[in-house]
Amino acid sequence: MTTAPLVDVQELVKHFPGERQWLGLGRPRSVVRAVDGVSFAIATGQTLGLVGESGCGKSTVGRTILRLLEPDAGHVSVAGSDVRALDGRELRALRRRMQIVFQDPYGSLNPRMTVRQTLAEPLTIHRLARGPEVGRRITALLEEVGLDSSHERSYAHQLSGGQRQRVGIARALSVEPQFLVLDEPVSALDVSVQAQVLNLLSDLQQRRRLTYLFIAHDLAVVKHIADHVAVMYLGKIVERAPASALYAGPRHPYTTSLLSAVPVPDPRSQRQRIVLSGDVPSPAHPPAGCAFHPRCPHPLKNDRCRTEPPALREVAPGHLAACHFAEQPL
Amino acid sequence: MTEPLLRVRDLKTYFVTEHGSGTARAVDGVSFDVLPGETLGIVGESGCGKTVTSLSILRLIPEPPGHIRPGSFIEFAGRNILTLEPRELRAVRGNQIAMIFQEPMTSLNPVFTVGDQIAEAAIVHQHLSRRAARARAIEMLKLVGIPDPQQRVDHYPHQMSGGMRQRVMIAMALVCHPKLLIADEPTTALDVTIQAQILELLERLQAELGMAVMLITHDLGVVAGSADRVVVMYAGQVVEQAATSELFAHALHPYTEGLLASVPRLDAPTALARGRLHGIRGQVPSASAWPDGCRFHPRCPYAWDRCREEEPPLLDAGGAEPGVHTVRCWLLTEPQRRAKSPPP
Repeated sequence: MTTAPLVDVQELVKHFPGERQWLGLGRPRSVVRAVDGVSFAIATGQTLGLVGESGCGKSTVGRTILRLLEPDAGHVSVAGSDVRALDGRELRALRRRMQIVFQDPYGSLNPRMTVRQTLAEPLTIHRLARGPEVGRRITALLEEVGLDSSHERSYAHQLSGGQRQRVGIARALSVEPQFLVLDEPVSALDVSVQAQVLNLLSDLQQRRRLTYLFIAHDLAVVKHIADHVAVMYLGKIVERAPASALYAGPRHPYTTSLLSAVPVPDPRSQRQRIVLSGDVPSPAHPPAGCAFHPRCPHPLKNDRCRTEPPALREVAPGHLAACHFAEQPL
Repeated sequence: MTEPLLRVRDLKTYFVTEHGSGTARAVDGVSFDVLPGETLGIVGESGCGKTVTSLSILRLIPEPPGHIRPGSFIEFAGRNILTLEPRELRAVRGNQIAMIFQEPMTSLNPVFTVGDQIAEAAIVHQHLSRRAARARAIEMLKLVGIPDPQQRVDHYPHQMSGGMRQRVMIAMALVCHPKLLIADEPTTALDVTIQAQILELLERLQAELGMAVMLITHDLGVVAGSADRVVVMYAGQVVEQAATSELFAHALHPYTEGLLASVPRLDAPTALARGRLHGIRGQVPSASAWPDGCRFHPRCPYAWDRCREEEPPLLDAGGAEPGVHTVRCWLLTEPQRRAKSPPP
């Protein structure tokens, strides 16, 4: 990439202190390392898909970038601003350029506000429109996300899941951001509606030259929308590559297993399904060495994996993997 | 042909809605068979009636507001489920027909150990002693692949992960070796690597125990990998029914076609994968106001006058055997219309 990336994240860390036992009086439990040294960059107009299973820290990454959660360490820059160094007023100004769409279209809209009130609020806060201009902006926004102005007076409970998610997207777009964090934006939707919303997100990206961090657990959805993909496991990125390279030739055994576990809607598919044994370990007690080693199906797995954490290193141009055996993938 | 294990005919389960705004016809004339030992996939989106169908089979519909309409018929192993006395019904439920639910977090009782919960069915249905039932529970935990079953039997649900709890649910369901297992979205709440474990477990247990499985899911990928036959539901009705390979190769109902085109494919080449998805326009109508004529016509790219006026019956697609591939669509009578107006 020749131009500077719009979003640049270096060695991002977010730890949550464990709760204290015995009603808050005992010894604190061990720290949960939700995000443990995550780095990536996203160029303007591109989509990075951030993939992983529940508890891997992918949502925490999205929230710490926007400083909805305060990061503990690392560097985040969005559109040239050092996000961690900003004070309250500067941060509010930057929030105009970066927005988030949440997974749950039921929980992320205020049930006491109409669609119009929901969309008018950010316009007022950021002083982007006044008087009749507010109404014009809202009508245009609704049209852009595929709703009509009859929905303006509806409350969230009167809308279907897909319509609510469109309102969530319109709310994020209302301040004309450059960067959107999309946190599982389609996983609560039915497949036919999911396709509509994915198409909408692609159209909006092209029309407005938006940059997306697309957080998801579904590798097929990410393949559809992402230019680059990063796979997370227990707070760390274990593989990062251009989407085409990652899907054609994954280098980390976790990525390979994830890909093989996705059911393909074709009964003739002869794919070999790798079934990982065991559950994801707790991020409060990640295994020593390579965190994936207790579940790793790689035949070359040895003592080194149990003791020495593999570094995320470049194994092919632009293709990074954190595995001692990335040169001999599964 | 083998005698079906379960025969559902013209099942209608309606709900009276709270505001008196009418009756929600959640399941509206559903018919299908489940053969002994087979896996039948039931596919559809939220609100299509797939869960209400399975709850009706076990007569778990809360009455009121729900009721199964007269004229509906559900026969299991030669007996009409809908006319059984409560005592007879209890002998079937959890014993010959068992069910596992989507939410392994909320379908286990938090104040009993998993061992007690697995043993309960064995004590009630097979009159085992507490001691024998406990041994049986340990055996079941081992069967579903839970490590250290001797210790795990005394654990409470909150001490287990989601995947483990779903294994416990399966152990509970299978403790009496049912002839039919109804699995309602058994893997939807689970991560993909855990989903793969559970699907593999269900396949193995089905082969070992020789039971039939009704697999209810919204995920066409899960059905493609596990089911022998598929029933596609839309708006409270069966809209297409076929053998799995036939359905995925020659889907004939425009809704099935649309569903297949909506799914982002992992097996598509990357260049193609970035293209637009052909979703289905509009959204699922409300169960208290199904559209007239064909219920899919407002969203259908092929619809013409007849579809708006006259409801199509299940028509035979003319495969090798009659009644094997059936489709609720007028296009079968006028196939030339399919070529004229290709999907958008």
